[in-house]
Amino acid sequence: MTLDQATGERTSASSLLGAYHSLAGVPDELLDAKGAVRPVWQPFLGHLSRMASDDISRRFARGDQYLRDAGVFFRHYGEKGTSEREWPLSHIPVVIDAKEWRQIAAGLIQRAELLEDVVADLYGPNRLVAEGYLPACMIGKSPEWLRPLVGVTPRSGKFLHFLAFEIGRGPDGTWWVLGDRTQAPSGAGFALENRVATSRVFNEFFARANVQRLAGFFRRFRDQLMALRGETESRVAILTPGLMNDTYFEHAYIARYLGFMLLEGEDLTVENGKLMVRTVAGLKPASVLWRRLDAVWSDPLELNETSRIGTPGLVEAVRRGSVTMINALGAGILETRALLAFLPLICKGLRGEPLILPNIATWWCGEERVRQYVAQNAGRMLISRALSTDLPFAASGEDVRAGDFICPEGGTLGDWLNSRGEELVGQEAVTLSTTPAYIDGALVPRPMSLRVFLARTADGWEVMSGGFARIGKSQDASALAMQAGGTAADVWVIGGEPTSAETLLQQPGTPYLRSQPGILPSRAADNLFWLGRYVERAEGAIRQLRAYHARLSETDDPASPLVSAIGRFLQSSNVDPAEAIPGGLRTILNSAVFSASKVRDRFSVDGWLALNDLAQTAERMQETIIPGDDAAQAMGVLLRKITGFSGLVHENMYRFTGWRFLGIGRSLERANATARLLAVFTDPSAPEGALELALEVGDSAMSMNRRYAVAISSAAVLDLLALDTKNPRSILYQLNEMQEHLSVLPGAHVHGQLSKLSRQMLQVQTSLAISTPETLTPGALQALSDEIASLSVGLNEAYTR
Amino acid sequence: MLYDITLSITYEYESPANAGRHALRLMPAAIHGEQRLIIGSLDLDPLPEERFDRVDFFANAVTDVAYRTPHRNIAFNLHARIERTAAPVSLDISPPLSQMAHELAGIRSLAPYEPAHFLDGSPRITLDRAFTNYALDVIDKNTSVQAAVEAIGQALHRDIAFDAEATTVDTTALDAFTNRHGVCQDFTHIMISCLRGIGIPAGYVSGFLRTYPPEGAERLEGADAMHAWVRAWCGVEIGWVEYDPTNALRVGQDHIVVARGRDYGDVAPVKGVLRSYGGQTTNQSVDVAPL
Repeated sequence: MTLDQATGERTSASSLLGAYHSLAGVPDELLDAKGAVRPVWQPFLGHLSRMASDDISRRFARGDQYLRDAGVFFRHYGEKGTSEREWPLSHIPVVIDAKEWRQIAAGLIQRAELLEDVVADLYGPNRLVAEGYLPACMIGKSPEWLRPLVGVTPRSGKFLHFLAFEIGRGPDGTWWVLGDRTQAPSGAGFALENRVATSRVFNEFFARANVQRLAGFFRRFRDQLMALRGETESRVAILTPGLMNDTYFEHAYIARYLGFMLLEGEDLTVENGKLMVRTVAGLKPASVLWRRLDAVWSDPLELNETSRIGTPGLVEAVRRGSVTMINALGAGILETRALLAFLPLICKGLRGEPLILPNIATWWCGEERVRQYVAQNAGRMLISRALSTDLPFAASGEDVRAGDFICPEGGTLGDWLNSRGEELVGQEAVTLSTTPAYIDGALVPRPMSLRVFLARTADGWEVMSGGFARIGKSQDASALAMQAGGTAADVWVIGGEPTSAETLLQQPGTPYLRSQPGILPSRAADNLFWLGRYVERAEGAIRQLRAYHARLSETDDPASPLVSAIGRFLQSSNVDPAEAIPGGLRTILNSAVFSASKVRDRFSVDGWLALNDLAQTAERMQETIIPGDDAAQAMGVLLRKITGFSGLVHENMYRFTGWRFLGIGRSLERANATARLLAVFTDPSAPEGALELALEVGDSAMSMNRRYAVAISSAAVLDLLALDTKNPRSILYQLNEMQEHLSVLPGAHVHGQLSKLSRQMLQVQTSLAISTPETLTPGALQALSDEIASLSVGLNEAYTR
Repeated sequence: MLYDITLSITYEYESPANAGRHALRLMPAAIHGEQRLIIGSLDLDPLPEERFDRVDFFANAVTDVAYRTPHRNIAFNLHARIERTAAPVSLDISPPLSQMAHELAGIRSLAPYEPAHFLDGSPRITLDRAFTNYALDVIDKNTSVQAAVEAIGQALHRDIAFDAEATTVDTTALDAFTNRHGVCQDFTHIMISCLRGIGIPAGYVSGFLRTYPPEGAERLEGADAMHAWVRAWCGVEIGWVEYDPTNALRVGQDHIVVARGRDYGDVAPVKGVLRSYGGQTTNQSVDVAPL
């Protein structure tokens, strides 16, 4: 079938494919060498060409909307610091025939086994060095060969459990390995998200096409991680460097998807050689860590001592065999670029067979003979750092110097090769195949590489049937010219065995049932507690600001007694009402977003988006809103958004321990703030209208009218806002809520007796419960506020320190 | 030579530390043919919740300790008696400097004492042209490796002022070198950087220096605290040679080895991580008495 036949009935076909052609000297995924559409693409292409272009746009928008709703983003590092950007999905999948995929898979499994042998030797008997396969000085100089791990056999017996390979199709049509990812490979979660988004774009076609599914791969790997715990009552966790990492979203996503805890280094501690998680219920053992943290940062005591994101003693825990690391600490040595120069021979030496998939041709310039060859052929090579672990196309301009290269120390390439040759490698500048991308209403060829994932399961290495494709930004087909600005695409492996019903049941995006008892890390509890406090603090400030601006627009006099009284009260919490959208309020909202971002794995995506929307709205308003009525209206908008968020949390969040910390934070903040408010505004010397204002800020004016037929008095206001156990705005109501939360937290009782915190709570609660409006003087209310604040200290001591 | 060594290191924290974990490399080493540890004890106050002895990659003895209860002070007290028998190498049969690359290429081992570990950068060493140019200036190009080591050591002793106040434990070698001042740690890091810059494998030795000089001799710099000096690999025939750039001395009976590594990061006497806020003050006293 030729291109014309493939494009079928609708007229959009010609505009879709008219300009599509292979680039000279570069194979194409869609077209074969003769320019005909490859059979595996034909059904999809036929489907696409039957769509009108506005239908295509609508479908793409649906995929993009899914990604936005799922909160998928990537972190962009620019000149002005980092920012979150929309996920750049290239909607056209890369389609690969299952027969071809099986060959790729066989090659990658062989490579995975080879790499396991190499790393086991480098941390064990060192035969490869002794027999001359690898130069001792090259390994000795590598910052990724971690001496504290030398001689340590992994608890599981294996160094490698999860790998990624970056592969590309070279000019002769065969697949090449461009780089090995063994340290902490990222992208599998993004591959899942690309799949969900792309299958929504082409939903009817995807449902019928025999595209191999991804979920089974994750399920079997998850089972394997659980099995790696051994006979122990312990946890599997994912270790992340934290939210400033460029793939933090993926860490949180995978943790939620697989039902594992997401931990940072400070969540862990080592006790007598055992790795433990700090939780609100005390220390709990963890025995399997899927780390997304580079090894050198994982233990400041034995690895990089400047690390603030590691766990002191982790290496000792590994040495004593109490934890299995996915992958073993030190496995990053396998990513060393120069290793590619030696693997072909090592494969023959260790396995007695050649590599099934070649890797990108690489020459280590530490030997005279090789240096000469590289110097003579530099024009078709890229010269770069031998010990770099960057992928070829991720190399910065600093790192890669092609034929026209400039020696950093002056002199010629030859001089440099001769003086520092062992620091350099030459790599064949391969060009990559092209695949269609949809740009401005037509398909155009773009260079592409694939990231393929392998997991060690009970039955050996398994290759994910799909992957993560990077699509180049321009037509420049040089692999190494692909740089920031590229896009990502789904990979469809089509054909072979019909996809089984069993696999289909487990659609991507469906979280697995948590089979491990949920435990809450102390840091997550602390962040949820503060999230609750910040959101409530923001709500209080917004209500006060609304009241302020409403009064201001009535009197038009910032110096009037009541207006200035609210102003002073706001300023006491660092919110300056002279600004229409005060910086102090935005700070509180940003703090809430920050706290939430640290617990994204425990948090619904809707809640996250609602909170972000709130903070962004406040930022935007700051540009336009002016004090007075305008600001009062704006506060109304913010108030509705914040109550929307609170509603989501209250209605939808599962009542696990984390929800209680969120609730405690909210109650504590509201009780405290109300006590402070009443201390000021029920003071006999407060200006006229202070009581009404307290009711308004306390959102209880309507309750007042219903409950009290008399004129507003300070006793009635105190009764309603401090002592009423049915009014959610009252202090006592919130203290009762807190008490209820605390009573079900772990450790609320010690040997049948109340814990220190429970006693402290009961004391505050009881002393308020037996108060009367008459005894609640401004001084007593201030003292009550201090006692409530000290509960926060008690909570920190008991659970989150 | 027999020595009695006492060392006391104390830490005082501004606010109590809730927990802490330390790796201690304080005990003089037992090294066949060089140094014998006759008896040694390391006492901690307060007593830690965990204490565990191990040997690190470079064969140094390490004591790991962990505290889990709040504490405001820690004291590490060492008492040891050792016999030092090592003598400086005198006969120079090291290869010419130009032969080093060839000798290194023949090394097919990553054992801890092999030179492969002591090239280029390491945690606390970053090579810089400034070191390399300085080293090339002070040596004769056709010199032997061992002569180069001594020439660089002597030049540094001449050009760099010993100044106990000028640098801290975290000062980089380049900073100390640029300002031409520092203490034994800086001298050692600078010399290592110079040697590695011209392709000579070099490492860091921490240890003690006898406190009281023999009659008629001058007291050496660095005797009132733990000391540091350089180890350089001078080819397959000679192997490792130790040199003290702070005092421009070949290392002999006045030096007592505690730990060896690539740089200070590998052998820091006390490496610790605390859960606490605020600063800390530390004190160190050393007495190395010949018997």
